[in-house]
Amino acid sequence: MSAGKIDPMEQFKVEPVFGRHIDLFGYDISFTNSALFMVVVAALLFIFMVGGMQRKLIPGKWQLMVEGAVGFIDSMVSVNIGKGGKKFAPYIFSLFFFILFANLVGVLPLAILPGLHTFAVTSHITVTAVLAFFSFGIVLAVGLIKHGFKFFSLFVPHGAPGWLMPVIIPVELVSFLVRPFSLGLRLFVAMTAGHILLEVFGSFVVQGFSSGTPLGGVVGVLSFGMIVGVSALELLVCAIQAYVFALLTSLYLHDAVHLH
Amino acid sequence: MTDLGAMYIGAGLAAIGIGLSALGVGNVFGSFLEGALRNPGAADGQQGRLFIGFAASELLGLIAFVVAILILFVVGK
Repeated sequence: MSAGKIDPMEQFKVEPVFGRHIDLFGYDISFTNSALFMVVVAALLFIFMVGGMQRKLIPGKWQLMVEGAVGFIDSMVSVNIGKGGKKFAPYIFSLFFFILFANLVGVLPLAILPGLHTFAVTSHITVTAVLAFFSFGIVLAVGLIKHGFKFFSLFVPHGAPGWLMPVIIPVELVSFLVRPFSLGLRLFVAMTAGHILLEVFGSFVVQGFSSGTPLGGVVGVLSFGMIVGVSALELLVCAIQAYVFALLTSLYLHDAVHLH
Repeated sequence: MTDLGAMYIGAGLAAIGIGLSALGVGNVFGSFLEGALRNPGAADGQQGRLFIGFAASELLGLIAFVVAILILFVVGK
């Protein structure tokens, strides 16, 4: 264990994929591994949708899957946004399935084939914060365009006594402004924590087996069992985090469309 | 105590908050299951609220984790 210190944060390094840096006016716009895996996720999502848009009267299995996915998002939007919510279904659908596929591609154990490590796109705050601010921007735009300045009555819950207003309004304002940060942070930390956990157990396996002692072998085997268990939990967390992101965006849109 | 030692102790103390939020998450799911076993027909309609409660309590645990990571990897020379 002397020379081989395995750093669990090294798997999140973003670096250019074709070995070259491309500079434009001092900004580094090279094609990174993060961009490559975003393209992979978009291509997978495209293949999934195109394979299912077949319009057979009696649907085959792939068409059933895509119809089930669209129906799931449709029901989530209609339950959580209510009237006037159907026009947000394409955005919520793209958001949910992009995040879900990006999370799942990041957990794929393709590294058995040497050199083919998958990169978790959503394990960077830059990606998740952009998605969260995009959702928040849509909420603000919808609220302000639809209601004008009456949108700020969102911070004044009706039924509260007047003398409580100087306390309630700043609290409501702060909790409203924290929303995009909490959305992005939740997804980012869940993915990063899961990947660090997997890498730590992986380092136990490598160092256990390479130590040569029987105790090291036992530690390696037990850690491998933990990797299998944690990977199963990671699959669940990927799906739940994608669902929570889309659900909370729908709820914030409900607030913006209906103002209470 | 050296600075590095204090950093590691601080990160360990921040990680206690993650265990506390685990109690909160278990409380959310436990209450849901208890109610669902008493009234199974109404359980499916409330699943959305279950996930909202889970997200809120998990967020606070993740914030404690972020504090630990900040201490370990961001603060310091």
